[in-house]
Amino acid sequence: MSGQSQMEFETVIGLEIHTQLATQSKMFCRCSTEFAAPPNANACPVCMGLPGVLPVLNHRVVEFAVRLGLATHCKIRLDSQFARKNYFYPDLPKAYQISQFDRPICENGWVEIQVDGNPKRIGITRIHMEEDAGKLVHEGADRRATYVDLNRAGVPLLEIVSEPDLSSPDEAKTYMEKIHSLVTYLEVSNGDMEKGNMRADANISLRPAGTRELGTRTETKNINSFRFVREALAYEIERQREELLAGRPIVQETRLWNPASKSTFVMRSKEEAHDYRYFPEPDLPLVTIEASWLKEIEATLPELPDAKAQRFREQLGLSAHDADLLVADRRTAEFFEAVVQEGADPKRAANWVMGDLAAKLNEDKTTVTDLKFAAGGLAELIALIGEGTISGRMAKTVFDALYETGQSPRNFVREKGLSQESDTGALEEMIDQVLSDNPHQVAQYRGGKQKVFGFFVGQVMKASGGRANPAIVNGLLKKKLA
Amino acid sequence: MELCDTPLHLLHERRVKREISTEEIARSVLERIESVEATVNAFITYDPGPVLDRARQADGQLAKGENLSPIAGMPIALKDIFCTKGVETTCGSRILKGFVPPYDAAVVEKLAAQGLNLVGKTNMDEFAMGSSTENSAFGPTRNPWNPQCVPGGSSGGMAAAVAAGEALAGIGSDTGGSIRQPAAFTSVVGLKPTYGRVSRYGMIAFASSLDQGGPLARDVTDAAILLEIISGADARDATSSSRPVPEYARLLKTGAEGALKQRKVGLIREIAGRSDLHPEVAAQFAENLQTLASLGAEIVEVSLPGLEHAIAVYYILAPCEASSNLGRYDGVRYGLRTDHSENLERMYKNTRQEGFGAEVKRRIMLGTFALSAGYYDAYYNKAMKIRELLRREFAAAFDQVHLIALPTSPIPAFRLGEKLDNPLQMYLVDAFTLPANLAGIPGISIPGGFTPGGLPLGLQLLAPHFEEQRLILAAKAFEDATPYHLERPQLG
Repeated sequence: MSGQSQMEFETVIGLEIHTQLATQSKMFCRCSTEFAAPPNANACPVCMGLPGVLPVLNHRVVEFAVRLGLATHCKIRLDSQFARKNYFYPDLPKAYQISQFDRPICENGWVEIQVDGNPKRIGITRIHMEEDAGKLVHEGADRRATYVDLNRAGVPLLEIVSEPDLSSPDEAKTYMEKIHSLVTYLEVSNGDMEKGNMRADANISLRPAGTRELGTRTETKNINSFRFVREALAYEIERQREELLAGRPIVQETRLWNPASKSTFVMRSKEEAHDYRYFPEPDLPLVTIEASWLKEIEATLPELPDAKAQRFREQLGLSAHDADLLVADRRTAEFFEAVVQEGADPKRAANWVMGDLAAKLNEDKTTVTDLKFAAGGLAELIALIGEGTISGRMAKTVFDALYETGQSPRNFVREKGLSQESDTGALEEMIDQVLSDNPHQVAQYRGGKQKVFGFFVGQVMKASGGRANPAIVNGLLKKKLA
Repeated sequence: MELCDTPLHLLHERRVKREISTEEIARSVLERIESVEATVNAFITYDPGPVLDRARQADGQLAKGENLSPIAGMPIALKDIFCTKGVETTCGSRILKGFVPPYDAAVVEKLAAQGLNLVGKTNMDEFAMGSSTENSAFGPTRNPWNPQCVPGGSSGGMAAAVAAGEALAGIGSDTGGSIRQPAAFTSVVGLKPTYGRVSRYGMIAFASSLDQGGPLARDVTDAAILLEIISGADARDATSSSRPVPEYARLLKTGAEGALKQRKVGLIREIAGRSDLHPEVAAQFAENLQTLASLGAEIVEVSLPGLEHAIAVYYILAPCEASSNLGRYDGVRYGLRTDHSENLERMYKNTRQEGFGAEVKRRIMLGTFALSAGYYDAYYNKAMKIRELLRREFAAAFDQVHLIALPTSPIPAFRLGEKLDNPLQMYLVDAFTLPANLAGIPGISIPGGFTPGGLPLGLQLLAPHFEEQRLILAAKAFEDATPYHLERPQLG
């Protein structure tokens, strides 16, 4: 085996994340940003790039950029500038994208992620504002017909560029989740991955472990889910490792992730790279920000996930793991807090929210905002368990009913007669009956065959229609059989 | 003097007194078009159909005693750079042949609100790139003062139409002199407002940081009337100014007498000795300075050393912006698309190859080159720095003087074809007009005499940002003291 093949590499990853902003109207005109409208229903002369039209900035976009910039500890530029990025493509009606180049609105920030239980800072190089392009629709068996849908053209985006601080696909995924969590907390994006609200391009390079100099990088585009970021990066790292081990240099190029084949392929080489001929956008004045407005925005930022997790640990006694999981999604975290507010035990509430509820929501592809019940419903269910009215197993049935119909757990238990039988007198009667019906097994047990105990419990549960409180049954049985 | 040769404001006074009707005015204009358009070729699109109806409509309103805008029903033209809803808009280019905008430019909306009677869309250098109107895809326009000569450009069709009586007035656009230079070549008034005074929405972009719409008219008063109508903030143009619009027309009601009394008028030292200044232009300009002095102005020398770089700066920045602005003409959504391309890239290339003329291609290439990686700092960035320098030099000069006076063009109208093979020589024609665009300040060209051979010359006045009133008052004082604006070309 050659020395080369035993070589250890370390991975260097930087992510460029594009997130679609949750504005009602587009970035430079008044067209709606509504998703899935009929093709070109939301396209006016401005987003169609007709001759003579001009862009006018939607100031919500600036506000959203500043919110995210502040939340990621960025320096906010008080006079940032738009620039034109020139290239030809049928989905780009003006043949340039209005973006930002050398004077982006946010620079030099960071976010913190957890790596193996330890905090790690990931640098944010810059965050800038830009418009989305349209969409090409290919039709026909041979895909010979291509249509242009400009509904998405001019929809506002933020591009968040990280430093090459990520060292593994898992870190990249965690980082992407963190950004997702932040933009949804700040309500600057709906963060709807299914609708393409968040897409990432990854720059990846390898270098011999322990060395400082960066290796040649490739860029992988079209990563639009948390799962894909891990898969695409893992694939690309392995591909580069094999190239290097085989003694072949890495070629600087842009690659495209194909989720179906779970592989990346070359989109364009360095030689084919575009010269975008950036220059300041003459149709738009500088984006000037007043220091007082900045303070105003800072004052209205919501509690962010890191602070919330800390509070959950310190005030509610949750583990770091549970707290981090709960705060990842703002709406989930808020629902959890509401359940606790209704008097539920925090630990139990956390288990329900992260366990059964999360599973149901995942199965139905919905969110806590679309629930049929309020936080009080879940708190009531947790109370019923706590006071022993229902068993853990019954609770599943009650929860299902609560989830499906929104019916109050207490009413449901009453109506269905589901409450647990904890009355010792009634249970003793049942046990006596079971023991007298099964003298053979009683003899076996008394003869030392401990396993038969489970049989008696089962029989009592059966006799009670599943309602017997198992803890009490166990105690009573032990006493009677002693 | 025939009605179609008369200033609009005088016609308006006469129709209000019922001496004439708007219909008679419109007929006079239409008849003139009939007789001279074959020679002049001022229009790309010309539709006489509704012109008389709209004139009669204005007469109807007048009969009912309604208070009418001076322009209501009066035959007015627009440079074919302004988008007009339902009316083909070509910008002088083959690539926009057949393009019918679904919307009106802001300027058109404002004129329409005052009763616009659009007689036609006038000829221009393709995408306003040129100084002779020879770069039009629809044939050159000829100068009504001498059909062997160009009318200037790029608003040459507009200037020629007003000079020849084919329209009473109109709106052009000025990126490096495209209103003022043709106004000088045809002895009409052309005013380029401060950048941001008039909305650019719907005015097809050439160089976005330099383009500005403005009036071409028979005299200063008509120009003031039109400027007042088309000026003002527009929510659809982020570069338009929200400064209130002065009542430019009312300004002249009380006359411009004394407007130049004890005013300092700047004479640019760097221009006086230029070798490219035509002796006949220099001689007439000296006479015009004397006229200004006789009106009470004190002529003061000012220095603008940055001026020598103005042409270089302009011919970097304007093509840079143009190369980006013209990317959208790709055959995908509107206008020309060649139908014999085997793939998308060929379609782009064939469409642009066939759709654009030589000068437009030249400037797209210049701009694309100057913006390319590795050249940006040497060209675009350096040009922007000198532009800023020039802006400061103008500001410093205006600390000393009220106005600056200079010839509109270093040469009189030249013969058709004379400069077509030498683009650099053509670019030099803009030397005295484009500094105002680079600085963003307003400028006016007014009839300022004739060469011994009978070709018109223009006197140009420049003022600080948003001081159009100064220009208008001084120009009116000069106009009142000189006979040049009363001359009309004799065609056919």
